[in-house]
Amino acid sequence: MRVLAHASRPQLERAWAAWDAKPEVEAIRGPEAGLVMVRGRVGAGGDRFNLGEATVTRATVRLHGVPMTADTVGSAYVLGTDLEHAWFAAAFDGLLADEQLRERVLNDVIAPLERGQEHYDNDRRAEARSTKVDFFTVAREHA
Amino acid sequence: MYVAVKGGEKAIANAHALLAKEGRGDPNVPAIGQDAVAGQMPVLVSRVMTEGSLYDPKLAARAILQAQGDVLEAVTLVRSYRTTLPRFGYSEPIDTAGLDPQRRVSATFKDIPGGQQLGATFDYTHRLFAEPAGDGPVPGDAGIHHVPMPRVSDLLGSDALLEPDHAADWADPEPADLTREPTVHPMSRAERLQGLARGDEGFLLALGYSTQRGFGNTHPFAGEIRVGEVEIEFDAPDLGFSVPLGRIEVTECQMINQFTGNAHTPAQFTRGYGLVFGRGERKAMSMALVDRALRAGEFQERIVAPAQDEEFVLSHADNVQAAGFVEHLKLPHYVDFQAELHLIRQLQREHHDNAAGSEETNT
Repeated sequence: MRVLAHASRPQLERAWAAWDAKPEVEAIRGPEAGLVMVRGRVGAGGDRFNLGEATVTRATVRLHGVPMTADTVGSAYVLGTDLEHAWFAAAFDGLLADEQLRERVLNDVIAPLERGQEHYDNDRRAEARSTKVDFFTVAREHA
Repeated sequence: MYVAVKGGEKAIANAHALLAKEGRGDPNVPAIGQDAVAGQMPVLVSRVMTEGSLYDPKLAARAILQAQGDVLEAVTLVRSYRTTLPRFGYSEPIDTAGLDPQRRVSATFKDIPGGQQLGATFDYTHRLFAEPAGDGPVPGDAGIHHVPMPRVSDLLGSDALLEPDHAADWADPEPADLTREPTVHPMSRAERLQGLARGDEGFLLALGYSTQRGFGNTHPFAGEIRVGEVEIEFDAPDLGFSVPLGRIEVTECQMINQFTGNAHTPAQFTRGYGLVFGRGERKAMSMALVDRALRAGEFQERIVAPAQDEEFVLSHADNVQAAGFVEHLKLPHYVDFQAELHLIRQLQREHHDNAAGSEETNT
């Protein structure tokens, strides 16, 4: 679910287009946009406080038809207001719930997405580390 | 008092069409797209998200375009939009200690575990016009996957030199929500932080500055500033477990302040806290300064300055409210003003009559 939530809508859309033998996807709830109040902690470790809201889209779908062993239900919550984004994520979540298809989804969809996200994180981290600085004070430190 | 007016539909429609035309600029120049604003004006987008109190870079960019760059107008658009959406619930508190910072600096310790990392910053630029730099930095230690960066406040806290995050007998109280409940003073610190987080950057900057200049002196040091993406998890009532929603970028500031102690507490460092959406360091720092100033009562400090006055600060920090009340003055007040005019004329007439009367008695 974490990998699906982090994947962008175009990534999921491409993965869905590449997925053959698509099951019937029936909307149970949504996709619908709403808000989640983001909380922080006072001083980072103290009482909780309400920082501000974030837009979130959720979808719950029922998958049935040809490739499915049995009907499954998939759910997704993603940041933003792109309804399709949540729909694709929910559809893959439903596929993951199918015992026969789970392995294939993990190998063909989740693993490449995860590798992409790791790659992106490593690049960002390397860029950030390039700005690591060693300050030294001009005053004598061991006077 | 404002009394409603009718009419002027055609003029208003034309005024809006003219506004759109003025905002388009030279039609031969390509129009700026929403993605261009979101990608190339991230600091402005951050400000609109923070003060609009809604994390959504795309919507904030759209608001900025529609508002023609007017930050307060864009903030108002975002705030209006949020009222149209249902609230799914509350997130788990974000773990800023766990966030992988792009930027992390401390002005109190030179050698902090994990090191000082400047990240994307305007600091140390010459503040002179310059050509944009090329293709980004030469990446550093690419092999390093994750360098733990513990919180600076934990370094001091372990020796009891710094006030702890919370008291020993702490029940992690459920915070009140200013967007759901009417404001009652005095507020809890959690409520104040919510109000400050959505408060106007300029107002908080000025108040923070005032505390540095002696109006409620707080002797601050920037203990730590962190900028980076943090995961948010949502405790989904329908699923029964926490679901990851994705990541949001935040800026956090831990301000460390001198405190000389009192009868109950020995001298130690106290803290002010700032947390905002996106890249908003100035706002986070200002917020932390004002947060600490507003804790004056808690430390039995004398309340002598505006920044220490909770009702003053929190009632005037919201720029949507402030702009609305100031700007409503330009709407037609004809009836109201007619009444005032009538009154002034009458008072002047009486004044002249009295003057004339007293002249007659003098002669």
